[in-house]
Amino acid sequence: MKDFFRRAPKPQTSERRDQQIPDNVWVKCQKCGELTYQKQFQDALKVCPKCGHHARMSAQEWIALLMDEGSFIEHDVDLQSRDILGFVSPKDNYEAKLDAMIQKTGSNDVIISGSGMIEGYPLEIAVCNFDFMGGSMGSVFGEKVARATERAAERRVGLVTINASGGARMHEGLFALMQMAKISVALTRLAQARQPHISLMVDPCYGGVSASYASVADVILAEPGAHIGFAGPRVIEQTIRQKLPPEFQTAEFLLDHGMIDAVVPRPDMRAALARLLRLYRVTVDQPNFAFNQVAGHE
Amino acid sequence: MTTTLTPWDKVQIARHPQRPHSLDYIRALCDDFFEFHGDRRQADDQAIVCGLGQFDGISAVIMGHQKGNDTKENLRRHFGMPHPEGYRKALRMLRHAEKFGFPVITLIDTPGAHPSMEAEQRGQAQAIAQNLVVMADLKVPVVASVIGEGGSGGAIAIGVADRLLMLEHSVYSVASPEASAAILWRDSGKASEAAKAMKITAQDLYEFNIIDEVVPEPEGGAHLDAASTIQALNAAIRRHLHELCTLDVPQLLEQRYAKYRAMGVYRSAQERAVATEA
Repeated sequence: MKDFFRRAPKPQTSERRDQQIPDNVWVKCQKCGELTYQKQFQDALKVCPKCGHHARMSAQEWIALLMDEGSFIEHDVDLQSRDILGFVSPKDNYEAKLDAMIQKTGSNDVIISGSGMIEGYPLEIAVCNFDFMGGSMGSVFGEKVARATERAAERRVGLVTINASGGARMHEGLFALMQMAKISVALTRLAQARQPHISLMVDPCYGGVSASYASVADVILAEPGAHIGFAGPRVIEQTIRQKLPPEFQTAEFLLDHGMIDAVVPRPDMRAALARLLRLYRVTVDQPNFAFNQVAGHE
Repeated sequence: MTTTLTPWDKVQIARHPQRPHSLDYIRALCDDFFEFHGDRRQADDQAIVCGLGQFDGISAVIMGHQKGNDTKENLRRHFGMPHPEGYRKALRMLRHAEKFGFPVITLIDTPGAHPSMEAEQRGQAQAIAQNLVVMADLKVPVVASVIGEGGSGGAIAIGVADRLLMLEHSVYSVASPEASAAILWRDSGKASEAAKAMKITAQDLYEFNIIDEVVPEPEGGAHLDAASTIQALNAAIRRHLHELCTLDVPQLLEQRYAKYRAMGVYRSAQERAVATEA
């Protein structure tokens, strides 16, 4: 709250008042409706200064927030999906949709992945961009997460995934479902290398992503208020024919039910990840530590 | 003629109430079957049946989604839609199989995992995810067969296998045709169109190399001659298990890794540009 007052917007000059005020000067909180000056909203990491609502971040914003400056090297940039099922009708053309999404988001699919460091600790990271077809999981998504996992195993560094997804991508049919299995087999390599997978679930995280790698990480973190579950609330409401309580499927609800390890506010996330990476490194970095040898650690 | 069946016809056959269900196969496949109950944490979910049976002269862990034969049984079995307890019962039996070196036979027949408040509270997503990673690394052979409906995450939760078979008129989809239509076109009434567009038949999935074998059914579907269908599936599972049992554990896991690691279709942006120009 202190920041809110300190960084209050300056009064507009007459010159600026003459100009048309662009839409993006003020940001309206999707939860409480509070108007925040765009610059201040960005400085607060898109967390509403009034109600604490964590607005969605793009994959690029996450990487900029978490990774040490200049340390991030993106991998597998070039991979694109293709229309294997043949969605070619005018109103439902998958290739055209992909083109539009690539235009809109500036990346080839949902996942942005790469190598880098957080407070000096090396890691592989894979981040969902929800703006790309609702973060849906198709072949490229699965391939990029699997490759990031394998790279982490090979380099013997931790894997951090940041997960926001509506679930499997319908346009890729059963290939989309099979990505759950593909990432699962890749995770066996990471386990053999005894490197941690830290999953951060952000709003919203459902379906095939929550029902695979995101929910079986060594550590599961979530942002405050993030909605996380298997079936979406609308599907459940249709099944049980009654309204769901407001706290249902929130990060706090999952914490209460023993499904996740911690709810971490966005401003503390980088420090939390660094602490975890350090805790796992302390054991790994001691080659003479007896238990490492017993378990056949190379 | 079965060859003229549409994908939507196949959905109807796959859901036919008289179609043989998991226990029908299990009782016929096994010389002895001892059903195990409960996940040792919460409950016994009767939407999944598990147990130890004697198959082809060896002991094997067998599990499957179980639909009911009438409304009363369906209510008890939640129409074959498991809660987390069901997946955790399956998980217990998967670990059991590994401990004793028993191969695993799974039968897939579910509209999907149960979408309910209780299921979410008890960690439906986590329960499914856990089974996937355990099956990915299970040190015994696993043969999975879709015998009716393969519904989404609820199906693959017992479906990460060294061999994946499908009965001729079974279907396997990322979401049910109704849900697919709702997601794609915001109209669940277009389920028959979705069934076609989503390529969910055994024949389509064999073309895509996602499944390993299509097991033939009698003309008109398994419900018209359960005995011959069971016989055909029995022979196919037996053949695949024999092949898998010649592998040692590292070979088995390496092949499973390669099988799933190759799942997916993608290309580089340059390849796409070239394809578009051509």
